[in-house]
Amino acid sequence: MPVSEMLFWFLTALALFSALMVVFSSNPVHSVLWLIMVFFAISGHYILMNAQFLAIVNLIVYAGAIMVLFLFVIMLMNMNTESEPQKSQWMKMAAAISGGALMLIMIAALKDNVGAVSKTSGEGSIGLIKNLGNVLFTEYVVPFEISSILFLSAMVGAVVLGKKESSKIVS
Amino acid sequence: MGMNKYVFLIPLLPFIGFVINGLFRNYLSRTLVGVIGSGVLLASFVLSLFVFQETTATGFQTQLITYFDFINAGGLKIPVSFQIDQLSALFLLVITGIGSLIHIYSTAYMKDESIPHYARYFAYLNLFVFSMLLLVLGSNFVVMFVGWEGVGLCSYLLIGYWFGNNNYNNAAKKAFVMNRIGDLGFLLAVFWMLQQFGSITYAEVFAKAATAPVPVITGITILLFIGAMGKSAQIPLYTWLPDAMAGPTPVSALIHAATMVTAGIYMIARSNVMYSLAPVSQNLVAIIGVSTALLAATIALKQNDIKKVLAYSTVSQLGLMFLALGVGAYTAGVFHVMTHAFFKALLFLGAGSVIHAMHHEQDIMNMGGLRKKLPITHLTFLIGCLAISGIPPFAGFFSKDEILTAALIKSPVLYALGVMTSIMTAFYMFRLYFLTFSGKFRGTHEQEHHLHESPFAMTFPLVVLALLSVVGGWVGIPALFAEDAHILSAFLSPVLGTPTAEAHHFSHSLEWTLMGILLSFIVAVILFTRRLFGSEFKEENTTEGLSGVLANKWYVDEFYNTIIVKPLDAFAGFLSRVVDNKIIDGLVNGVGKAIQFSGRQMRFLQSGQVGSYILIMMISIILFFIFQLFWK
Amino acid sequence: MQVMPINYYIFLSIALFTIGIVGVLTRRNVIIIFMCIELMLNAVNVLLVAFSKMHHLNAYALDRATTAGTEAQLFVFFIMVVAAAEVTVGLAIIVMLYRNIHSVDINFLNRLKH
Repeated sequence: MPVSEMLFWFLTALALFSALMVVFSSNPVHSVLWLIMVFFAISGHYILMNAQFLAIVNLIVYAGAIMVLFLFVIMLMNMNTESEPQKSQWMKMAAAISGGALMLIMIAALKDNVGAVSKTSGEGSIGLIKNLGNVLFTEYVVPFEISSILFLSAMVGAVVLGKKESSKIVS
Repeated sequence: MGMNKYVFLIPLLPFIGFVINGLFRNYLSRTLVGVIGSGVLLASFVLSLFVFQETTATGFQTQLITYFDFINAGGLKIPVSFQIDQLSALFLLVITGIGSLIHIYSTAYMKDESIPHYARYFAYLNLFVFSMLLLVLGSNFVVMFVGWEGVGLCSYLLIGYWFGNNNYNNAAKKAFVMNRIGDLGFLLAVFWMLQQFGSITYAEVFAKAATAPVPVITGITILLFIGAMGKSAQIPLYTWLPDAMAGPTPVSALIHAATMVTAGIYMIARSNVMYSLAPVSQNLVAIIGVSTALLAATIALKQNDIKKVLAYSTVSQLGLMFLALGVGAYTAGVFHVMTHAFFKALLFLGAGSVIHAMHHEQDIMNMGGLRKKLPITHLTFLIGCLAISGIPPFAGFFSKDEILTAALIKSPVLYALGVMTSIMTAFYMFRLYFLTFSGKFRGTHEQEHHLHESPFAMTFPLVVLALLSVVGGWVGIPALFAEDAHILSAFLSPVLGTPTAEAHHFSHSLEWTLMGILLSFIVAVILFTRRLFGSEFKEENTTEGLSGVLANKWYVDEFYNTIIVKPLDAFAGFLSRVVDNKIIDGLVNGVGKAIQFSGRQMRFLQSGQVGSYILIMMISIILFFIFQLFWK
Repeated sequence: MQVMPINYYIFLSIALFTIGIVGVLTRRNVIIIFMCIELMLNAVNVLLVAFSKMHHLNAYALDRATTAGTEAQLFVFFIMVVAAAEVTVGLAIIVMLYRNIHSVDINFLNRLKH
């Protein structure tokens, strides 16, 4: 079994296991940490597919910035205790059954082999920063700039929402 | 021709009056309302005079003035256009002239109304005249129909003018519904003409009428006559007219003399070409006309309401006009329309004056002896009675004599029935006259105390109309008295044709004899009524025998109630109770209940829990996948 | 040249996605639910990159200089951008919620019912 294939299985197993742990660990901080593991595994997959740029961005943006934000919020709320009330047994059963059913259905629907993904890095170099950057700043420069406006508005929204309000809304 | 440019103003002016009085009724002063209401009509009258003068000129040709297309779709083209000829000019004069007098009269008669209602009244009157002018001026049946419907609407509005009284509203509804029944006939006739001739313009229809098969012409003319039955109150659709007395008295005068009921006569006179081609329809018109004349005259004998008597007399006189039309004497019919307009407007306005003086008392049993208190009203009313009874040289004599002569040419039976009607007319009119004006006053003491002659605005129209009732007949002096003295006949001959053969079938001596007998009968009847009702008067027994039947108007209203209204009512009740309540409401309510029920059940799905929503969404996605991918 | 069937990636993606869904359904903590949503988003990203590579491979067999599949990767990039913005706003909302009801339990947020 070639190294790349071994790596694929390893990363897949790691991603799935970490994802399950995200869902099932009762401590929110642990969940965040496991989610970071998932992102690492996914970044590994990106590297395997020779998409280095996305792998790096994934690590920096998701595993770095976003997850830190999550951690920060959790710490802020002082939620590292395992005090979370559980959902009803019935709901959990229903969730498990319907989740399994959805997976089954989708796998059944998409089980036919329609193509392959290259493992070696030899041919496609499209995932490299140079190539992607080239396209991004020529062909996709307008969406790129527009996304900055999106960020700006998200920032404004976050500030407005997070601001302490004089009047409380809730009961 | 110079006047053509201004013809549109004749109907437009009353319409402008209607708009101003209608829209600004809360802002105008009483005087201004009266001035606008009467002024626009007077202006129309002056314009009509000019138009009339033009039509009297020698070598006058029928004028067609087209304004715009009302309907222009494919092969169908219906223009809004006016036709000026001798017939329409004559009607213009009658309508605007008598209309103006009635408007002037109304300014005094309606002065007790509050200003907005006063203005509403004049707005309706103006609209009424506008519709009638449109009807008369139109150069095709569609424009006529527009006016026709407008007249019906205005009669509804004016009969129900005092809408606070439910009986009046019912009378208004009755008038409207009866008119609608007739209108349906008219409308069908219009469609049939359109189908047969491809046009509804008078000129084209009448030109092509001779080429159409006789049954078709007969059908069309009968349908048209059904329309005339409704509008001109003939059997079986006459019962609305006596009930139309619910409106203010000047309105009755307007309806009976100038507008509305003459529409049917005008329409048949206008379509004389077609009627002459359909003998069956002509006979029908004559028979219906003479039966209506007789029936209404018998009913009038026993009525005690001053306006009801006049109303039935109108129905009766209209019957005579239809008799004239039916026997082909169109000129005589139109002549009688004109003279009748004079004396019937006079009689109604006189009755209005009496009612005004009596503080809205209409029962002639409570009147009497008004001769001294109301001298002008009395004198003019007497002239009206003489005119309608056909005493020479008053207007009614000439027109009635012409009708009866024409009937005699056609059939002695029609003549005899017409004579009977005339004699009865003399009887009930002079019964009315004597009960009202001679003898002793039978009303309350308070009424007697307040008796007064009406103001000048009311007596002036009476005097004018009285004069017209005297001289109005002189335009149609029969050949019996003087050759070629029938000015009206000569004037109308381009439209209505030359009267056929005249009375040349008969020797002059026969005519003189018949006329003499008739006149002596009438005079005898008048003297008889004077004996009966002149000085002392005893209460009539109106509950038994024939007099009871007559007082109850032959029970026609009751008959209609039983035959038509009750079954329709029962049917409507069935529809309402069973079909609407049970079936339709059941369906609608059932749908509502089902949705309510299902909604109540579905409500539990809406738990507000995001998780359950997502679960449902997922299940839906799963189902979607299953259906989409594996349902083969 | 080593190749991997596209199905494996699809299956991986489906598995991650389903785990995310199950997480959303079973947990009551809003923050965990939010993380599960991020997980689902990433599952889709994996799929996009995999298809991009597959597409590139197919085009590469015909033309060595092809750039087919670039768009998909840019797409993923933009998804990440949007996700970052979304997380910012989402967390701000959660903080506000916490401030108002002193809890992050989604069961208390049943206002949709009314």
